[in-house]
Amino acid sequence: MAITATLTLSERRIGIGLSISLALLGLVMAAAARQGPMAVHGAIALALGLGLVFVLGGALYDHPEPGPGRLGRYYDAPTRFGIVMTLIWAVIGMSVGVWVAALMYWPEATPLWPATSFGRLRPVHTTGVIFGFGGNALIATSFWVLQRTARARLADAVSPWGVLIGFNLFVVWAVTGYLMGSTQSKEYAEPEWYADLWLVVVWGAYFVLYIRTLARRAEPHIYVANWYYLSFILVVAMLHIVNNLALPVSWTGAESFPIWSGVQDAMVQWWYGHNAVAFFLTTGFLGMLYYFLPVRAQRPIWSYRLSILSFWGIVFFYMWVGSHHLHYTALPYWVQTLGMTFSVMLLVPSWASAGNAIATLNGAWHRVRDDATLRFMFVAAVFYGLSTFEGSFLAIRPVNSLSHYTDWTVGHVHSGTLGWVAMIIFGAIYSIVPRLSGRADMAWPKAVEWHFWLAVAGTLIYVVSLWNAGITQGLMWRAYDQNGALSYSFIQSVEAMLPYYAARTLGGALFLSGAILCALNCRATMRRAGSISDAADRPLVAQPAE
Amino acid sequence: MTTDPRALPGADPHTGNREVDPVTGYDTTGHDWNGIKELNTPFPRIALVALVLSFLIALTGWILLPAWPYGRDYTRGLLGLDQGEMAQEGARAMAGIRQDWLGRFADPDFAALAADTALMGLSMPAAGRLFGDNCAVCHGRAGGGVPGFPVLNDGYWLWGGDPETIAETLHYGINSGHPDARFAQMPAFDWMDRADRAALAGYVAALPSGRADPASAAATLFQDNCAACHGEGGTGGLLNGAPALTDDAVIYGQDVGTVMKTLRGGRQGVMPFWSDRLSAAEINLLALYVSRLSVETGRRTE
Repeated sequence: MAITATLTLSERRIGIGLSISLALLGLVMAAAARQGPMAVHGAIALALGLGLVFVLGGALYDHPEPGPGRLGRYYDAPTRFGIVMTLIWAVIGMSVGVWVAALMYWPEATPLWPATSFGRLRPVHTTGVIFGFGGNALIATSFWVLQRTARARLADAVSPWGVLIGFNLFVVWAVTGYLMGSTQSKEYAEPEWYADLWLVVVWGAYFVLYIRTLARRAEPHIYVANWYYLSFILVVAMLHIVNNLALPVSWTGAESFPIWSGVQDAMVQWWYGHNAVAFFLTTGFLGMLYYFLPVRAQRPIWSYRLSILSFWGIVFFYMWVGSHHLHYTALPYWVQTLGMTFSVMLLVPSWASAGNAIATLNGAWHRVRDDATLRFMFVAAVFYGLSTFEGSFLAIRPVNSLSHYTDWTVGHVHSGTLGWVAMIIFGAIYSIVPRLSGRADMAWPKAVEWHFWLAVAGTLIYVVSLWNAGITQGLMWRAYDQNGALSYSFIQSVEAMLPYYAARTLGGALFLSGAILCALNCRATMRRAGSISDAADRPLVAQPAE
Repeated sequence: MTTDPRALPGADPHTGNREVDPVTGYDTTGHDWNGIKELNTPFPRIALVALVLSFLIALTGWILLPAWPYGRDYTRGLLGLDQGEMAQEGARAMAGIRQDWLGRFADPDFAALAADTALMGLSMPAAGRLFGDNCAVCHGRAGGGVPGFPVLNDGYWLWGGDPETIAETLHYGINSGHPDARFAQMPAFDWMDRADRAALAGYVAALPSGRADPASAAATLFQDNCAACHGEGGTGGLLNGAPALTDDAVIYGQDVGTVMKTLRGGRQGVMPFWSDRLSAAEINLLALYVSRLSVETGRRTE
């Protein structure tokens, strides 16, 4: 069914109005900037706005309006679109990741074209996977989970599209900006001021939609998954705004100065950076885990009390730990101590989540054995436990003196993002896509099994090789001979990395091939839609009084 | 319609009808979110113990280390640690160990230093690492050079290859902006007729093989414009930064095309000065190391 057919006539008209506004915004940006990244981004917004006007306007009277019966069903068309975008960004972001990993091994392969330099491609990878792949997956699954755990349809039909399309426009602006050399040089917050402002608007709409839908819930208690999704939406808004406070050099160009400077800027950056890990890459995905794991395992959540401990522990302790990224720097020692000690205290709530998830599988281990989708979620929970332990361990100052600036950090991040975040996304996708397509299973069930083993093998090869790489680097850098002279020059430590960089490229390539398989499998599944529907999968509509 | 377990017919008004999970034997909390339920599992003791333990670790850290801010100050911690002092202490301790042998290099009596084989055995590997961290990025890991950056292990020198001269180059650099820097410039000959430049380039390119014709017009051009710095017939050896053009050592290249480029645009390579970054002893150590590179490759005898 065409997306426009899911909208009423007045919703289509509102959509056209919003699209015209977007086109006008793009026109103003392009006309004001005249050249450079901001002009290109204005042109992209203009093209997108006009495209949407044509799509909506062209189909304005094509489809009959959906009747009031739609209110008795969940609105899943935005989730489907979000999943498609998730898969597209997965392939883009991970491909660029494999390419830049290969450049580490073979730097001479860099083409003589500025847009392809490592420094510009690396944020394309990080933004592509974190925001493109992870962000779309979070938004898409949050709509799915919210409606089902609230037993209520999304509060309106226009704003989910605004959120998803607006968010993807932000990601497109971000990655095309990097290719043109536009960055404010803040890690995971590289986009310039106008893109940041745009995201604030989009995120505000997301928050309002979420709260309005939640307010319509039929169950008096709010399910744990929604606590996590809500903390993700709320805190990311807070982090994004504070970290990106900047003064534009002019209103017509893509340059700005952060209002923070020096060590304060570093602290704000890593308060943001680590809480992006916490509230973008952890709590939202815990929401995903808390819904899809029990549903797929057909088991109750093992302990409600542990859920409470881990939720409040995670949201409270994470806020303090960003300074562990700045051990042994100009940041005062006392801030480092607080970051370190809160990181240690954070471990218990984190493990409570992982343990709760794994204990939930009690009584369903035969399903873990037989069902690759559930196995994705199980492995995700295990890697969540492993990487949170590793994180707390690396935050201890003396350990950090060995690991900091080495590839151990990169290995740690990927154990979290590949092993935990991507695995739970794939588990959620394989749960949702057949349901969205009215089928009992994926079009190619065996490909799910292949994907699982490619993903696990890729993650293990990647993470183990970078553990080795990082520890080797750390030990080589700090080694002095008995005469007090450095045992190795820096370049020797670079040469020692070659086998590990080759292995990590291989691991990344395996993981990427699994993701491509997933994308093709989802495409095949969506194209061979069936007509199975679950009578219980409906909002609880209040009965009219008689 | 509601899923509130307390509102269901016949339910306990406080707890609702709680279903018991057959696998674990625990009852559920009574809530139901489209099929998802939660067990009313008692709080696992191990989680509480771990939580308390992690708090105790944190508390210990706060007592011993600088931790909590108050007003304009912060709690110093019982250990009274200061990360700046600790870093400096560590650096001082390491410098103290190095002083035993590196200290000898503060006195640039290179002949005496080189004669001490025990000292050489101790110091040259360390010098290699110092070279790797500071010099190799331009001059290559073994001092083999790359176009634009001179070879250091072939026995050909622009300013002189004895340790004293190398030490001076290291201290002040070449065209480096240091007030005592060595200065060298290959001026641009863009004012010269292009045909003359081409003839000159052909002549210079032919010098190393000895096929350059000393009776040609180009030879006269060379004599008038180049010999002042590069020596009669391009034999160099004036130790003024201008290379000899008759040997097989090159910096930018001595093919016709590269020489044409050099003639048109000139050259003024930069060697940075190191006196701000390395100690005098380290510079002397490196100078001795670099002077011996060409001996080690067998391209030059002492």
